[in-house]
Amino acid sequence: MSSDLVMYEEEFQKIDEELQKLFQQANAKVVFLVDKNGQLIASAGDTHEIDTTSLASLTAGNIAATGGIARLLGEKEFTILFHEGEKDNIHISLIGQRIILVVIFDKRTSLGLVRLRVKKSSEALVIIFNNITSKAEKEKSEGKLDESPFAEISDEDIDNLFK
Amino acid sequence: MSFINYASREINCKIVYYGPGLCGKTTNLQYVYKKTNPDQKGKLISLATETERTLFFDFLPLALGDIKGFKVRFHLYTVPGQVFYAASRKLILKGVDGVVFVADSQIERMEANIESLEDLRINLAEQGYELDKLPYTVQHNKRDLSNVAPVENMNKLLNPRNVPSFEGCAVSGVGVFETLKNVAKQVLVELKKHC
Repeated sequence: MSSDLVMYEEEFQKIDEELQKLFQQANAKVVFLVDKNGQLIASAGDTHEIDTTSLASLTAGNIAATGGIARLLGEKEFTILFHEGEKDNIHISLIGQRIILVVIFDKRTSLGLVRLRVKKSSEALVIIFNNITSKAEKEKSEGKLDESPFAEISDEDIDNLFK
Repeated sequence: MSFINYASREINCKIVYYGPGLCGKTTNLQYVYKKTNPDQKGKLISLATETERTLFFDFLPLALGDIKGFKVRFHLYTVPGQVFYAASRKLILKGVDGVVFVADSQIERMEANIESLEDLRINLAEQGYELDKLPYTVQHNKRDLSNVAPVENMNKLLNPRNVPSFEGCAVSGVGVFETLKNVAKQVLVELKKHC
């Protein structure tokens, strides 16, 4: 069983910077980063008109289904998905086997440029996520996670959620 | 696998509704959707066939409130119940934090319940989970029908660990929130243990 994903302020900022960079360099409309389980991690661009939670969940479903097909065919994974629409296109790539990078773009840019920039960003993002994992493991072994806000959760706190 | 985001001060947990075909998993989500404040919920997404059978999953994001300054969000999923969607069902369980088993109380569906529970156990094991260690709640649904099995018998067959179980009638909402609250509470208690 994989451990919980914990996101710290410092790494979140690095991820955010990387997504902003990708957003600008690829000339994209929106860029998303989604956990393989369907949780939205970060985004860049104009997300106001998009239901980001649903998009994250459906993207993860899409990647999961494609992964299932891959295994049926004896492939480990299909790491890139591309959907072409009339106006907008979506480029989905799996990075570091855990995180999904989604780029939505239109005719102001090209698939080639998006692919190139995604590749560069993926390398940077893999490093950041490796850092997060090792940081979480380190904190766990040092017992620092005791400071987590959930260590002190009371039954009352939980009950209050359901009032 | 919950996702704790210190940057946006959010915590997201995943709950999966499991059970045999036509037992009422989607109906549970539809009722929760109907009865929740608009500011607490996102869209209810249903990937279903034309005859309203779930093809891949239903998805409903719920924001319950705050704990220690963290927004607590639950993502509710259902699996497709029909036997031949086994491959899809497996995928939905990825990263699950808690499971609701919706059992169909009709006597003639008992075998389907047992089969589905076994399927759940196997699919969880494939993802590295043990059903007996996961936050888990059973809902005995369709109690309003006439040909139902006694709850004690159903618990014996489907709930040997004796986890909390609720009688339900998802169409009218009976037991729906009780079930959800119970599993959500178990998930949070589990989270607390991990910290």
